[in-house]
Amino acid sequence: MTVFDKLKILTDSAKYDVACTSSGSDRTMGKNLPGMGSAVSCGICHSFSADGRCISLLKVLMTNYCEYDCQYCVNRHSNDTPRAAFTPRELADLTINFYKRNYIEGLFLSSGVIKNPDYTCERMIRCVEILRNEYHFYGYIHAKAIPGADEALLQRLGFLVDRMSVNIELPSQKSLTKLCPNKSKQAILKPMGLLTNRIRENKAEIVQYRHAPKFVPAGQSTQMIIGATPETDYQILNLTEGLYKKYSLKRVFFSAYIPVADNPLLPSIHTKPPLLREHRLYQADWLLRFYGFEAKELLDEEHQSFHPLIDPKCNWAINHMELFPVEVNKASYEMLLRVPGIGVTSAKRILQARKAGSLDYEGLKKIGVVLKRAQYFITCKGKLAEGLKIREDNLLMSLVSEKGISLLTRQMLDQSYEQLSLFPSGKLSEEDVRQCLKEPI
Amino acid sequence: MPQRTNIIYEYDGSFEGFLCCVFESFEKKELPCDIIPQTQEQMTLAPVREITTDRKKAARVYRSIERKMSVSARELIELSFLTCLPQKERDMLDFFYLGYHYGRQVMNRLTDPTVDRLLKGVKHLTNEAHLTKEFLRFSTRNGMLVAKIGPKNNVLSLIKDHFATRFPNETFLIYDCKHHLAFLHTPRQSGIIPVEDIELEQIDEEERHYQRLWKLFYRTIAIRERYNPRCRMSHMPKRYWEYMTEFQEEEPASPQMETIASPITPPPLEMQNSAPKPKIE
Ligand code: SF4
Repeated sequence: MTVFDKLKILTDSAKYDVACTSSGSDRTMGKNLPGMGSAVSCGICHSFSADGRCISLLKVLMTNYCEYDCQYCVNRHSNDTPRAAFTPRELADLTINFYKRNYIEGLFLSSGVIKNPDYTCERMIRCVEILRNEYHFYGYIHAKAIPGADEALLQRLGFLVDRMSVNIELPSQKSLTKLCPNKSKQAILKPMGLLTNRIRENKAEIVQYRHAPKFVPAGQSTQMIIGATPETDYQILNLTEGLYKKYSLKRVFFSAYIPVADNPLLPSIHTKPPLLREHRLYQADWLLRFYGFEAKELLDEEHQSFHPLIDPKCNWAINHMELFPVEVNKASYEMLLRVPGIGVTSAKRILQARKAGSLDYEGLKKIGVVLKRAQYFITCKGKLAEGLKIREDNLLMSLVSEKGISLLTRQMLDQSYEQLSLFPSGKLSEEDVRQCLKEPI
Repeated sequence: MPQRTNIIYEYDGSFEGFLCCVFESFEKKELPCDIIPQTQEQMTLAPVREITTDRKKAARVYRSIERKMSVSARELIELSFLTCLPQKERDMLDFFYLGYHYGRQVMNRLTDPTVDRLLKGVKHLTNEAHLTKEFLRFSTRNGMLVAKIGPKNNVLSLIKDHFATRFPNETFLIYDCKHHLAFLHTPRQSGIIPVEDIELEQIDEEERHYQRLWKLFYRTIAIRERYNPRCRMSHMPKRYWEYMTEFQEEEPASPQMETIASPITPPPLEMQNSAPKPKIE
């Protein structure tokens, strides 16, 4: 089998993994050393594929042979699909040659379970060792921890790579048992916990001995599949928050389920991936990480799913009108962050500009505030925006997210979206959706 | 601020030359209506004064920025000079007047039209520099890595260190065909040099091999069910595509070999439609 054939098969079977970021590590090589490479903490995307996703790393499987039989996975043992395996050196060569042409930031290494978890992990280590020790490669490497592999192997891998991830796969134990006969929640959480502890210990070691080797310096991430199983947004968001708190994860990724098999345990093969839901979860995740929100503020027992048309922050604001309007010239940073239309950058710029004098609406526009949204929630020097009449319908209309409309339209065109039976039956256009939104929801 | 006159300052196009224009304006207590580099063709009836570059004057103005304003003001001025803002020199001169007046507070005056324009221009520049780091592509030609870029702003000095620290042991060249500059790096020395035009050497069989593998990877990694050309375009504007390997037609390799049947299967139809028109160099 040529390297072309292998690359095709092993890319195809790795493409559903979401995490492709190269952030969190900062490294330049020392003077007069052989080799090449550096890592930039903000991460670098080198291209965007036709689906609009960032390509930062060479994301492939070491092999797509797999002993396991996870039902939602294209590589499951029982699936009849072409199989291939890179040798460690083939993959290392490919990485170096892509890297020096500036195609990629490094390698995202994952693998199906070949023979057993230990053997799989050893092959991955071998590839990374060639890169790091033989080619003196200082670029970014993300490795997937293989659940069930020996702790000592995980540790060895951890000292060679920048980031590791253990995928939660599905948002509950029940779904896991149903769909992944060979995996248990325990088998997943154990390596995750191990990595968390080891990363913490290593931080202390580095403080003590400056040259102590670094263990997974860019931290740990995970991902889960959305829409293959019945968990609600509320459950998923709570799980996400728990993972950030308990395991100090750097990122939790969500991946909209794309049907891979006709299986009574899974949604029908004609189901479209729930992209809008995935988008809302990412927005909420952002609110948890950068905006000081807690999961319970965004969803609760009675409201278990996100609003399809309004993003979670706007939705929160509409339900807390008693806190608004806030005076832009006085409000704290934390409160500014909660105003729809003001993001992290514009909130910081408002604080900066206030040092030089008080702000009016014209100034806010220059600073980058989206007045179309923010105007309902702020005053400037005690005044509401001129000509502003707050009626519930135009408030909602102006808060509806463009992305929400386009994704929702797409979804409704693809499948009749039953929860929202506001529309006459028949074909819908984006116009219809917009039209309908003008009516109070 | 003094009265705006109808005089035009003409300088040699260097940063130091521009600083001498600032010197002139403060010394003569006059505001020129424009400041233009000599290279720029200008049809005008307004009187033009040629400002000669004097290193000592330039150094005096330069030192004053940090002293009277702040480090970040100095950075803003230096970066502004690399932008493609129309009449940037005029805005930059106005900024000096603001800066001497308001001192370090000048950087907080985000709603001032001059400060706002410069900040936006610099943001455009630094964004473009970042995107260039991402989308630039090298190809090996005669043992050297070569990349061609066509940025709107003069980004070369902002990206060179990134590549020099990443590939210290390689010999490479980044050629900016819009500003006619190139950054040449060898393991021993490196620097920016003016370049009129560059004739690229042909690629060899190994280079072609990796270009094909990359194109294959690029096509395969996309998930058909999530096809979203609008999203791709907003992250990766079309004007970068013509310099990117994954969108280029295959170059003939030398020495000429029997053509090998392309092992790449064509992408699904709907994706093909979005493929850019290939540019041939
Ligand atoms: S172990 Fe991984 S590769 Fe194997 S079937 Fe399960 S999810 Fe797929």
